[in-house]
Amino acid sequence: MDDILVAKNVSKTYGDYTALDNISLKIPKNCIYGLLGPNGAGKTTFIRIINQIIYQDSGEVIFDGKPLAPEHISHIGYLPEERGLYKSMKVGEQALYLAQLKGLSKNESKKRLKYWFERLDIGDWWGKKIQELSKGMAQKIQFIVTILHEPKLLIFDEPFSGFDPINANIIKDEILQLKEKGTSIIFSTHRMESVEELCEHIALIHRSEKILDGRLSEIKKAYKNNVFNVGLQIQQEADTFLKTLEEKFSILSSSFDSDEMQLNVTLQLPSNHTSDVIAELSKKANINRFEETIPSANDIFIQTVNKRENDK
Amino acid sequence: MINKLRLIIKREYLAKVRNKSFIVMTILSPILIVGMIVLIAFLTDINDSEKRVLAVLDQSDYFKKEFQATSSTSYVQLNDISLEAAKDSTITMGFYGLIYIPKGKNLEQATNGVYLFTQDNPNTHVIGAMESIFQKRLRQERLEELGVSSEQFSGIEKQFEINLATFDGEKSVKGINEIKAFIGGMFGYAIMMFIIIYGGFVMRSVIEEKTSRIIEVIIASVKPFQLMLGKIIGTSLAGITQFAIWIVSASLLLFIVVLVFDIDLGAIAADTSMASPAMQGMPQIDGEMMLYAKEILNIPWVLLVGSFLVYFILGYLIYSSIYAAIGAAVDNETDTQQFIFPIILPLMLAIYIGFFSVFSNPHGPIAVGFSLFPLTSPIVMLMRLPGGIGEGGVPLWQLLLSIVLLIITFWGIVSLAAKIYRIGILMYGKRPTYRELFRWLRY
Repeated sequence: MDDILVAKNVSKTYGDYTALDNISLKIPKNCIYGLLGPNGAGKTTFIRIINQIIYQDSGEVIFDGKPLAPEHISHIGYLPEERGLYKSMKVGEQALYLAQLKGLSKNESKKRLKYWFERLDIGDWWGKKIQELSKGMAQKIQFIVTILHEPKLLIFDEPFSGFDPINANIIKDEILQLKEKGTSIIFSTHRMESVEELCEHIALIHRSEKILDGRLSEIKKAYKNNVFNVGLQIQQEADTFLKTLEEKFSILSSSFDSDEMQLNVTLQLPSNHTSDVIAELSKKANINRFEETIPSANDIFIQTVNKRENDK
Repeated sequence: MINKLRLIIKREYLAKVRNKSFIVMTILSPILIVGMIVLIAFLTDINDSEKRVLAVLDQSDYFKKEFQATSSTSYVQLNDISLEAAKDSTITMGFYGLIYIPKGKNLEQATNGVYLFTQDNPNTHVIGAMESIFQKRLRQERLEELGVSSEQFSGIEKQFEINLATFDGEKSVKGINEIKAFIGGMFGYAIMMFIIIYGGFVMRSVIEEKTSRIIEVIIASVKPFQLMLGKIIGTSLAGITQFAIWIVSASLLLFIVVLVFDIDLGAIAADTSMASPAMQGMPQIDGEMMLYAKEILNIPWVLLVGSFLVYFILGYLIYSSIYAAIGAAVDNETDTQQFIFPIILPLMLAIYIGFFSVFSNPHGPIAVGFSLFPLTSPIVMLMRLPGGIGEGGVPLWQLLLSIVLLIITFWGIVSLAAKIYRIGILMYGKRPTYRELFRWLRY
């Protein structure tokens, strides 16, 4: 059993509206899985099906080798995008209540909450009411409540919204540590910078359909298109040098720093065989930078979605 | 599962009873109610102690003995002055009014010319009292013409009251049907108030979970139906706590107030019952009081309280699940108005049907119909039940049918409400219409 969650041909409609169209996914154990897609793509619907808040019309969901069932709820932790806490309830009571709803005993909940409150440095909030806390503070409590019952699968829907950069970093580190301890994590977002940092696998959902999935590094490899950034130290005038270059290579863009006599060019090569190119260039100038551009998750996201739109 | 339900009930209960406005209401209401009773007693007292003085100008001499002072009215005889002078002196003396009886060949002619002059429009009680004085005098006169002496006449005057008994020979008293329906009505009324107050609490609590966005966190752990049920039960337990505190503290307070201020509650009861036409014919004679007490003790209290519990639980569950569904369907309380009215309507209908139809005929077709119809039966049936079941009361089949219909409706409504609730709690930013709600039922 290498997959914590397998979805087979899952579909869901609301009246005439199709929220999920025949989605199949495999989410490996002990990895951070990015569930990406524009707003309204169907990510939240899929996550709600995993949490058994709603049920699929057709298809099957397998959790840890068994069909998804109510008893799995205690093995799943879910931080929804639309999240909040009871405003007039005290922090400690509220955290205890939510932990007990996940099936923890009162004493165990207290013990673990104490540990986490200390760890995230919020021990003195226990007796405060939520309405006295800032939004970021409430988010910390929600994070703790989500992970407290040590689930096998954690689902974070836009976990960093509402956090300032410092606290977002703290939470990011906690997420990485949870992964180290063996937790599988689904990470739903449309903020690509955090995807680059965290996710090993991704799936891209667009208009209720899965349009891309796999290892992020492999997807990136597949999306490489032999574009290279080159930095050259030149002695002559830039324009004439560029002209000689243009005879041999296709140049996508260029810029020139006259103080340093540094010419930066972006080259489109016919293949990824670079040794000839480097030999050719080094005859003309001193190469101080030569690197392949790897598409960012953001590029892949936009490119794939746009391609899909144009195909239709 | 049961464990989670208990947790939810506990949280809802504590959230409710710790709520500041709930605490304030719990403490304040008995004070307000007792205060109102004291105020009514006080005002009744003032009202009774006000004495009206009427001037009488009798130029006919037929009515010398008729105007006897009563507890609320006294009379001043004016003699040998003109009508204009009498009017003037009535005004200057500040009397309530002037009764003018002109000269006449006979009593009849004199009475035809009688006028009552007052500053403002006269009180109906005063008019009634005057009319009966003249009527009595006229009747006596005519009877005397027929040869009945005044002693014989005062013999005729004795009021007649019919004696009532049931076929099995038990003595009965007037107005007992109304009293019985009134007692049932109190139970029905309590159910209605409870539904409106605590159903509203359930609704607001659902809206609060929606607007604070905690709802999705919770239903990732428990089923929406469990949450809804826990909320309804928790809120109703808080409600029962509040009701119990109200009843106990209000009775204590009333007892103390009555002792301290020496208020005659019986006078108020008699007074308020006069206001309702159904309650006329209340006992005046002490001996009859015993009969009434016996009749009230004869009310099948076990049946009544037992059915109250059944109707209360089922009725409350039906209505409060509708309230929960409404709370789930909207984003804020202002959007609830369009849905609240149709809920209140059958409740109000039940109360009115009860007071107008069941009072006069507890087993008539309208009373039977509405005591079977599930949305009104909790209130209307309770008004019929003090008459007992079986012969002379509610036929057993009607009681059973009414409960069965209520249980079927309970299942139907609660499952529909749960569907709307399940969809509604995850919907934001849409102002729902009835059509939208209907579509949710098919999701």
